[in-house]
Parts: sequence; C-alpha cells; structure tokens
Amino acid sequence: MTDADARAIAERTARASYGRLVAILAAPTRDLALAEDALADAFEQALTTWPRRGVPANPEGWLLTVARNRQRDVFKSAAHRTSAPLEEGDGVIDIDAAFPDLDALPDKRLELLFVCAHPAIDVSIRTPLMLQTVLGLEAAQIARAFAVPASAMAQRLVRAKRRIRDAGIPFTVPSRDQMADRLPAVLEAIYGAFAIDWDSTAESSLAGEALYLAVTLAALLGTEPEAFGLAALIALSSSRAPAREVDGVFVPLDAQDPGLWDAALIAEGEAYLRRAHELASAAPSAGRRFQLEAAIQSAHVARFFGAETDWVAIRALTAALVEVSPTLGARVSLAAVTARLDGAAAGLAALEGIPETFDPARRLRVALEGAGESDSGTHRNIPPTCS
Amino acid sequence: MRYTILMHYPELAASGELDEAALKEGMAAFDKYARDLHAAGVLRSGEVLQPSSATTTLRITEAGPQIQDGPFADTKEQLGGTVVIDVPDLDAALEWAQQAPSAAWGPVEVRPTATYVVDGTWVPAP
Repeated sequence: MTDADARAIAERTARASYGRLVAILAAPTRDLALAEDALADAFEQALTTWPRRGVPANPEGWLLTVARNRQRDVFKSAAHRTSAPLEEGDGVIDIDAAFPDLDALPDKRLELLFVCAHPAIDVSIRTPLMLQTVLGLEAAQIARAFAVPASAMAQRLVRAKRRIRDAGIPFTVPSRDQMADRLPAVLEAIYGAFAIDWDSTAESSLAGEALYLAVTLAALLGTEPEAFGLAALIALSSSRAPAREVDGVFVPLDAQDPGLWDAALIAEGEAYLRRAHELASAAPSAGRRFQLEAAIQSAHVARFFGAETDWVAIRALTAALVEVSPTLGARVSLAAVTARLDGAAAGLAALEGIPETFDPARRLRVALEGAGESDSGTHRNIPPTCS
Repeated sequence: MRYTILMHYPELAASGELDEAALKEGMAAFDKYARDLHAAGVLRSGEVLQPSSATTTLRITEAGPQIQDGPFADTKEQLGGTVVIDVPDLDAALEWAQQAPSAAWGPVEVRPTATYVVDGTWVPAP
C-alpha cells in the first residue's frame, strides 16, 4: 500500500462518513470543535499508519476509536488542550482489533442538525454550521458561497461552536410536541444552503450539499412531509441547473431546453414529492410551504415529459403558497403567473403593494409595462420558486 | 449543567403601580415556582432582590472607591432576582426560565455557570 492509496481511502472515508463521525464524537460532550480536531488527528494518523500496516477492515470504526482516544487525551490533559503532540500510532492501535461498526451505531446527524438550527444559535450562522459539521466543508469554501471573507466566516464558526458547548445546547431530537416549533428552523437553514446558489457562481454553488442535507434530514426523520418536500424542491430545482446557463448567458425557464434537464434528479425529486404527499395525507402535519414549492417545480417538469405546462395548476399552487408563506418572492411569482394567464394589467394589479426595492418585483413590473396591453408571454424567471 | 436564571423586569411594585391584589398574585406565583423547582430537585438557590432604588453601586477609581446610589445601569428593566438551577442542558434550563413568573413582565436570561463556591472554595461547574 502506498501513501497515495492510504490517502485516497482516508479521503473517501472522510467524505462518506465525516458528519456521522463528528456527530457521534460531539454528542456526549457537545464540543464540536474538539470532535472535529480529534477526527482530523485520526485522519492524520491513518495516513501514517495505514500505508505501513494496511487499511483496517472497518476504516470508520478505526477512525472513531482513534478519535475517541484523542478526545480522552485532551480531557485528561486539559492544560494541553491545543498543543499536545500526536502520539506515534504504533503500539497504540491494534489494526486487527474489532472496531465499532458505524452502521450499528445510532446516526447522530439528526441531533446535530437540530443543534445547528437551535433557537439559541444565531440564524445567520446555522447554515454554515451545518455545512461544516455535517459535510466537513472548509470555512473558506463556505465563506466563498456566502461572499464573506474566509477569516470572518472561520471566526463566526468557532464562536458558534464554542457557544454550543458553553451554553449546553443538547444533542437531542425534539419530542413530537416540540417538533412543529423546531423543525422549520432546520428546514430553513438547509434551504439557505440551496438559496445562496441563486446569487453565486456555479463553482461556489452548494445545491448538491443542500440536497444531501435535505435527504439526510428526511430519511432520518422518516415521517415528516415537509422534510421530503424540501428534498423534492431542491432536487427538482437543481435538475434544471444544466440548462440555466448556456455559453455564459442566463436562460430563463421558458427558454430552457428540457433536453438538458437532469433526468436522474427529476426522478429523485418526484419520488420525494410522492413520499411527502403520502405522509401528509396519512397524518396532518405542520407546514406545507416546501411541499407547495416542490409541487410548483414538479408542474414545470411537465415539459421534460413532452407535456404542456399547466399554468392554471401552477397558479393554484402559487396562490396556496402565498397563503401559507406570503414571502415577497412567492407574491411576485403569483403576479407573474397571473400576468401569463390574465394579461399584463392583471399581473400589474397583483404586484400592488410589493415594494419596488425587491428586485424581482421591479423587473417584473418593467417587463409587464413593456408588454403593455399586447400581453405576450411575460413570465419571468423569478428565483427561487419559478426558474 | 448549572445555570443562573436572571429575571429582569420593570419595577412596578416599587413605583406603586401595582395594587395589593396584583402584588399578592405575584408572590403566590413565586411561591409556586420555588416549590416546583424544589420538587423537581433542580433548585440550588434563589433570591428576589429589593428594587434598584435600594441598591448602591461601588466603583474603584483612580481617586479611590466611589460610592453611588442606584444601579450601575439605569434601564427600564432591572435585574429583579436570580434562581440557580442544576439541569441537564439548555433546553431544560429554558423550560424552567419560561415558567418564571417574571417572564410575563420582562426578559429572562439563562446563563451557564462557570464556577461556583462550595465551603469557600471555587469549584468548576459540572
């Protein structure tokens, strides 16, 4: 085994299991920074040990054991908290020993997601916290997506983690009766990772990460329709990413070639949406916003299957969305659909009361006034519900 | 974890804005709060303070100690009392903070303890 092989396996393990390992390590102590440091040390140790002694049969279990030892060392010598040198791996870890099977351990990522979006954590740092602790993204990468200096983002993440530890924010999943209060913040934070995509360039897009977080949340919760709704929304919106920009020029939804849309993401998104519907009809649950947004996305997907877009259905869904979540974006979307179905004047009337400072509203008004009474297709690309 | 619940509220009782009945009601609510905390086994200590009109603030300046009547910060809401509890985590502490009678009148701060005194010696909070 070469160093490169060991590195490749360690990196693959890191990508696949980072969040699960961090969550398991941090849950008992609430110390995310220590858990991340211990895991980083374990990866380092893997890089020196594995090339010489072979990769263990269960790399995750090996890393978990080494990281736990590391945590214990730090606890034992709190005075050396930051500067204790890493011991040489030989003799400390028996590579053939039985290591815990990660799949047999409870998945603590759900608890971690609720920690990151706890009401005692500042709203603006919840999404970055999730991206770092669950997915292992570097502060610099998160900072790029959020268009802030890397050092500022790193500092805010450190502070938030310290706060989780010091304030005693528990690694628990809210009880049934607390769920309706606590889940929206988690959904919102994951949605935040997806929504920044609209303002950022393709290379700093976190849509894939957002989808992963949404799917993880939906799967671990199991029966929350809104979590599946969010996963569906992100998958279906992301399916159009390949068609959204051609030769560096932005292409609005109407002008997009459905042949460029991602079939796998569409199938995945439709499956999540079906699951959300099943769950929602089986048991009443709090919130419908993301299910409605996903349903709107799903209606747009009709063109992928060669069907006409059902604008009447989209209007009904958008009106329902405005009712449960009267955001400016949703109201502008409704105005755009209204303009398409009933003419520019009706669209302008629907824009009444939406401030001009909201750019999509201004753009739609300009477009509709330009269209005047002639009323041709005036639907604009309005993020994030309609593009 | 050990937390101090800091109760801030406008000092209506001191300014005579509360009638007898309201005052009695408030005291009954604090009685019940103390009983509940005690019964749950989480209560470590509790104090309800006299109004800030009775407080005196000391500052050591270059010219020596300076003694001033009144609180160090003259705000509409004043620190009116503290309760120290020992509970597993912030969620449990917030649950108790929400039940503080003063929560109806002003903000309640929940602050983890760093160290506390046992028999004259500082011990780190668990």
